[in-house]
Amino acid sequence: MEVEKLKAIAKELRIDIIRMLAEAGSGHPGGSLSCIDILVTLFFHRLRHRPADPNWADRDRFVLSKGHCVPALYAVLAKAGYFSRDELLSLRKLNSRLQGHPDRHRLPGIEASTGSLGQGLSVALGMALAGKTSRKDYRVYCMISDGECQAGQIWEAAMAAPKFKLDNLCVLLDYNKIQLSGAVREIMNLEPLLNKWRAFNWNTLEIDGHDFHAIIQALDDAERAKERPTLILCHTTKGKGVSFMEGKWEWHGKAPNREEGERAIQEILAQN
Amino acid sequence: MGAKATRVAFGEALVRLGAENPDIVVLDADLSKSTMTEHFAAKYPDRFFDMGIAEGNLVGTGAGMALAGKIPFICSFACFVVGRFEQIRMSVGYSRANVKIVGTHSGIGIGEDGYSQMALEDIALMRSLPNMVVIQPVDAVETERAVEYIVRHQGPVFLRLMRQKVDDINPPDYQFHFGKGTVLRPGKEITLMATGGVVGNTLKAAKILEQKGVDAQVVNIHTVKPLDREIVARIALSQGRIVTVEDHGITGGLGSAVSEVVSELGRGRIKRVAVEDFAESGDPEGLYQKYGLSQDNIAAKALELLQD
Ligand SMILES: Cc1ncc(C[n+]2csc(CCOP(=O)(O)OP(=O)(O)O)c2C)c(N)n1
Repeated sequence: MEVEKLKAIAKELRIDIIRMLAEAGSGHPGGSLSCIDILVTLFFHRLRHRPADPNWADRDRFVLSKGHCVPALYAVLAKAGYFSRDELLSLRKLNSRLQGHPDRHRLPGIEASTGSLGQGLSVALGMALAGKTSRKDYRVYCMISDGECQAGQIWEAAMAAPKFKLDNLCVLLDYNKIQLSGAVREIMNLEPLLNKWRAFNWNTLEIDGHDFHAIIQALDDAERAKERPTLILCHTTKGKGVSFMEGKWEWHGKAPNREEGERAIQEILAQN
Repeated sequence: MGAKATRVAFGEALVRLGAENPDIVVLDADLSKSTMTEHFAAKYPDRFFDMGIAEGNLVGTGAGMALAGKIPFICSFACFVVGRFEQIRMSVGYSRANVKIVGTHSGIGIGEDGYSQMALEDIALMRSLPNMVVIQPVDAVETERAVEYIVRHQGPVFLRLMRQKVDDINPPDYQFHFGKGTVLRPGKEITLMATGGVVGNTLKAAKILEQKGVDAQVVNIHTVKPLDREIVARIALSQGRIVTVEDHGITGGLGSAVSEVVSELGRGRIKRVAVEDFAESGDPEGLYQKYGLSQDNIAAKALELLQD
């Protein structure tokens, strides 16, 4: 059944993420592992897309605003058939299409070049506004992170999307509560975070971002909302699936070495 | 492998100077473990402020603290802090606020993270503001001396630092002379004028040239603005040939600054070695090869200029 299928894919792609990062020797495991279940649900259950025709005008769009977590997106794109899975291990190497942060010019399936936090949501908003303007029915999904919500531009976009009644825009907030150098609460508190989005007139939902039933349900609810954009606050665990990475800022931007990578993969394999 | 990264020397200097000068405050944007301000934060927690991933506000808050009498160091990756150019232009430059803007992880030398984290336009932007000083130290000792100077300097400064370790170029008793180029190696036929992390490769290029019978001078430019016009003029009028080298985009950096002086003089010829595209991810060595910052390419450019 659908959820079982998604679960199996997520397990496989968690391993891809670890392999890619261990091979590259640098990159961001924590936030890649926290968002992978959501990305898998989007790409293998929800998005209207054609991997063989990545520029299809009527495709749904996905923008990864938290660009440092692009290993998760590469794993999903390769599995979906945008490019060969063999290419995954070229991550971050000279001349690779798999840049350290997303480059839309180089790789099919990347909708926006990101990596400077706070900018992707505006770009997604622009795509949604263009869709409305040209009466197209595609939807735009954007993933942002919690530390990223400290950026002022996020709130400029948050202000604009309801004004233009962008019910074709759905934002997934990877709420793992940890940023680069510590807990979000301590670096720069955002609470009450959901109330802020509510106050900006968004349709808001709150779910467990590792529960596939909940993710599917929330995406359905978002599609039913009329004349308002939707923000789904997804409670997640940074480093999800690898016990020694879970909840640790130390694993925000550090790749596992070979031994750590092997241990991580064994752990993921042992999970049901 | 080099000795120490300039960002590390900066972090140490801040701790030392923080003890002497209670007006020094440090603001960061969730990168204190990379900009090395974490040491200042640990020592002087009441004078350290993490502004979160909000660099626009970082700049503005720094400006306000400066206008209220503090000496704020506002720190992040160079691309992110200088990326808030309009805030810097208005609240720092035009306001004559005594803010010290510190941008680490400049240039393609950062490697694998790729273009989004590489500052390649920062010198160009900061150079364009009338009262902004631009300093890029070449090694640890020059960084320490430069930071001491920056605290004394009245007015906005952009300090450009590197992620990667660099070799010691200067002697331990080195003195920093603001606004002055330093001759690292004398030579009669042509001058290689470099700034920052590529000075090491530039010195190696001079050795390659020596093997080919060319006597090349190497000059380190730590103060990109105000540029040492005197040394540029002296070389332009005597040797007449200058190759500039920098880990920055080809437009608006050291090469442009030197070209401005040379073209106003109407004498001398110049070739610029700099990054000519958006760059990409990769190992730093490989990137320097691909984007022309290797010693071989620097030497080749010098030979071209001599043959023209
Ligand atoms: C504008 C900007 N400032 C700083 C950075 C450096 N940086 C990369 S990731 C990161 C922390 C991100 O934390 P969060 O947004 O919570 O993401 P997640 O936990 O999902 O990885 C920072 C500060 C950046 N990429 N962009």
